[in-house]
Amino acid sequence: MNLTPQDYQVLTPYILLTVWACILLLVDLFIPKDRKGLTAMLAALGLALTLGFILSQIGIERVGFSGMVVLDGFSTFVNALLLVSGLLGIALAYGYVKRMGIERGEYYTLLLFSITGMMLMAQAADLIVIFIALELLSIPLYILAAFARPKVESEEAGMKYFLLGAFATGFVVYGTALVFGATGSTELSAIVAYASDGTPGLLLTIGAALILVGFGFKVAAVPFHMWTPDVYQGAPTAVTAFMSSGAKIAGFAALLRVFATAFPYIAADMTDVLWALAALTMIVGNFVAISQTDIKRMLAYSSIAHAGYILMAFVPYGNPDVRDVSIAAGLFYLVSYAVTNFGAWGVVIALEKNEGRGLAIADYAGLGKKYPALAAAMTVFMLSLIGLPPTIGLVGKFYLFRAVIAGGFTWLAIIGVLTSLVSAYYYLRVVVTMYMNDGEPETERETWLGLTTGATALVTVLLSFTPQVLFAWASEAVLKLF
Amino acid sequence: MEFLLQPLTLLTFFPLVGVLVLLFIPSDNKNALRWTALGASLVTFGISLWVLAQFNASNVDLQLVARYDWITVAGWNIQYFLGLDGLSILLVLLTAFLAPISILSTWTAVEERVKDFMLFFLLLEVGMMGVFLAQDLFLFYIFWEFTLVPMYFLIGIWGGPRRIYAAVKFFLYTMAGSILMLLAILWLGIYGQTFSVPDLIAQANVPANIQWWLFLAFAAAFAIKVPMWPLHSWLPDAHVEAPTAGSVILAGVLLKMGTYGFVRFNLPLFPEASVRAAPWIALLATIGILYGAMVSYAQKDVKKLVAYSSVSHLGFVMLGLFAMNEQGVAGAILQMINHGLSTGALFLLVGMIYEQTHTREMKVYGGLWKITPVFGSIMLIVSLSSMGLPGLNGFVGEFTILLGAFGSKSIGTNVYAILSALGVIMAAVYILYMFQKMFLGPQGEIVDEVKKHGHGIRDLNLRELVTIVPILIFIFWIGLYPKPFFDLMAPAVAHLVGMLPIP
Repeated sequence: MNLTPQDYQVLTPYILLTVWACILLLVDLFIPKDRKGLTAMLAALGLALTLGFILSQIGIERVGFSGMVVLDGFSTFVNALLLVSGLLGIALAYGYVKRMGIERGEYYTLLLFSITGMMLMAQAADLIVIFIALELLSIPLYILAAFARPKVESEEAGMKYFLLGAFATGFVVYGTALVFGATGSTELSAIVAYASDGTPGLLLTIGAALILVGFGFKVAAVPFHMWTPDVYQGAPTAVTAFMSSGAKIAGFAALLRVFATAFPYIAADMTDVLWALAALTMIVGNFVAISQTDIKRMLAYSSIAHAGYILMAFVPYGNPDVRDVSIAAGLFYLVSYAVTNFGAWGVVIALEKNEGRGLAIADYAGLGKKYPALAAAMTVFMLSLIGLPPTIGLVGKFYLFRAVIAGGFTWLAIIGVLTSLVSAYYYLRVVVTMYMNDGEPETERETWLGLTTGATALVTVLLSFTPQVLFAWASEAVLKLF
Repeated sequence: MEFLLQPLTLLTFFPLVGVLVLLFIPSDNKNALRWTALGASLVTFGISLWVLAQFNASNVDLQLVARYDWITVAGWNIQYFLGLDGLSILLVLLTAFLAPISILSTWTAVEERVKDFMLFFLLLEVGMMGVFLAQDLFLFYIFWEFTLVPMYFLIGIWGGPRRIYAAVKFFLYTMAGSILMLLAILWLGIYGQTFSVPDLIAQANVPANIQWWLFLAFAAAFAIKVPMWPLHSWLPDAHVEAPTAGSVILAGVLLKMGTYGFVRFNLPLFPEASVRAAPWIALLATIGILYGAMVSYAQKDVKKLVAYSSVSHLGFVMLGLFAMNEQGVAGAILQMINHGLSTGALFLLVGMIYEQTHTREMKVYGGLWKITPVFGSIMLIVSLSSMGLPGLNGFVGEFTILLGAFGSKSIGTNVYAILSALGVIMAAVYILYMFQKMFLGPQGEIVDEVKKHGHGIRDLNLRELVTIVPILIFIFWIGLYPKPFFDLMAPAVAHLVGMLPIP
């Protein structure tokens, strides 16, 4: 195998960030314990540099390492989103880890390693590479979930996430093996070439289904969602914020790429499965969220529900007429979800106190009176999660439902809007508590936290008026086919 | 700059200037907050008069159009598209007219969190204006859903004891209908490659069987808002719990958004389906008229009585619309205005007395006319207007509607018109019952009760008079000389009716 500079160009952002993370691991040794904020800054700098590099790659399409990784509009879009998520994740963690007494330099390096895994996932064009990327993104997250040790909840979250995650990864490996057995290759382009020749065998379908199970776990789709509430609740909140956006983005990116490029010929079998998965995820996520009294658990179920909405973008993947539109809609929805989600978790972090106090929804009573700006921001996030104007959530849903209807899945769209209605009930409860109940909430004032919540709230509103740029970018971010 | 100076853009978004100013006024300077909000809404009203001056009623097309491409990438074709025609001009004026009146009514009634109240109120005005002016379905949907948010806060923060229940119920109920409309909007957008309402109407080629489903989806959103029987159950709760200004706007404008939706979207976009649905809508409207009137009569709480009377009155509007002839539709549009004025005024008056007595139980009142002659007289005029006494505005609207409903080809039977006429009589029963209980007869116990705590019940003060008298002027004006109002909409109504494929 002859490697040319062009091969490396495909992976430059990934390599850059990996090297940066490795060096940071060393540099961190020399940073005194009480100044770990410096590590955070350096990590953020690395992310920003990588982001800049990725933005310079817009428009370039290339295959590298003999077709194992690709660089295309899709990967550029997803990687940029992942890096922004990483930056937001660091901004939220900066004060939080200090306050909770878990400030250690590894936090930030682990975050960076996880992001490299996610980025590789978005670029992978080979099932083996996808598997490697999956492990690379997951293992740091397992550790981060347990980062608040010796707090029992956090350790439990880490352990649970690890055990179930390892189990799910097993599904991916097994699925990969079956696909290899059916087609003789793990490369996506070879798989699709094989399947286009003859009738795709049952083995291939089973393999694809197993891969779907593995990723369904990562993105928290029902019925593979059981870990989500416990892990989201137990993990340090800043980790949860990052995990609920980053891992989802990466998981969906991989799923989209694998299914749209490698498995279009078994779409007839998979569409119904995806349909049911999406419907089930929306229904279960939203209905169970109603009965939650803990804000972290509620947002966990909300994130399950939103996985269901994003899954809707997959359903028409076998239909070439609407595939690109629905992928673009899915990507746009991921952006709108990530921005809103980070903001909402930011507010949660602002109210959280030691020993897990300040996490009940009832603790938000009186926020509207005492901290109007924070309450207004939270209201914006809740409206966006429901999908109401003037927020990006509405635009995202509009885009997504349009793709689903254009694909001919009107009933799925109906389930989608009806479950949105259900979701309005529990999101509104937060607003009710903040504005219409009396209480004396206490919040932490931290510069970066405040900036993050403020900025995400602003973006959530402003992007709803000017989504053009993002629309255009998302619709160009189509998958490169071989 | 050209974009901002469009008359309709100014009209829609001027209240935001007030919002911006409000943000910089300290919360404890309550009067400055009130004056700012009042000023912003008065300027908006001024702009609406300026718009009226430029409006040419004989032109049936959209006027003063502000149309710019908004989101036109990736197969989207969404425009920022505002326009005005004879179907909407009166509602726009009504909205601009009722807003300052409502703000005036809060002067002493809202003492807590004045700043937030005014912010939400002005935001609500933006949303309502947008609903009546938007001609792009996406833009319309944004304004439509947006009105929910400030109204939800107005009820939920400043409402009565069951305010949270009422606010959430209002929100979820209305959203349930809207999201079905969202799907229909998306379907139309994909099918017609545009969201522009006039363009979609001009294409006019939606297959009949699909038209039916789209009609139902739009109707779900609008019928809940109207509200049509049997989807009305959110209304009494929302009305009773809302603060006075909220009730006025809710009855005066928000309910009209539902009936307006039928006129603007359902009739012209889905003409065949509308004709097919007309007998059923007429049936529901008639049930609503009679049911609303009967339930009104049974109420002990005066605000609830007025709330249920809305169900009855809006039944008339729906009946007129689906009579699908010029009298019916014109009467319906005028009745929307009438209901906004009369019921708005009733809520204002109820609010004024409630502010002094803190009770709405009719049985504790009595003999008020003697103590508060001005208040009593105004109440009598408004009540008579609400029940449709000739010479006052309510009569003109209801009479024209019934005229349209008789012999309407789309409804196909006169039974509904006859039964609805009974509704007029029943209105007299419950309205006069209310007036008699509160203002006539022996002095009620509340009079002494209030005296114990201070000066006793006083008559209207100057501010309250300033609030209510403008409405009275229109009550008489429309009642005695409705021609200018009909003239504003007649060509547009004729044009609309001409488009309907009535057998």
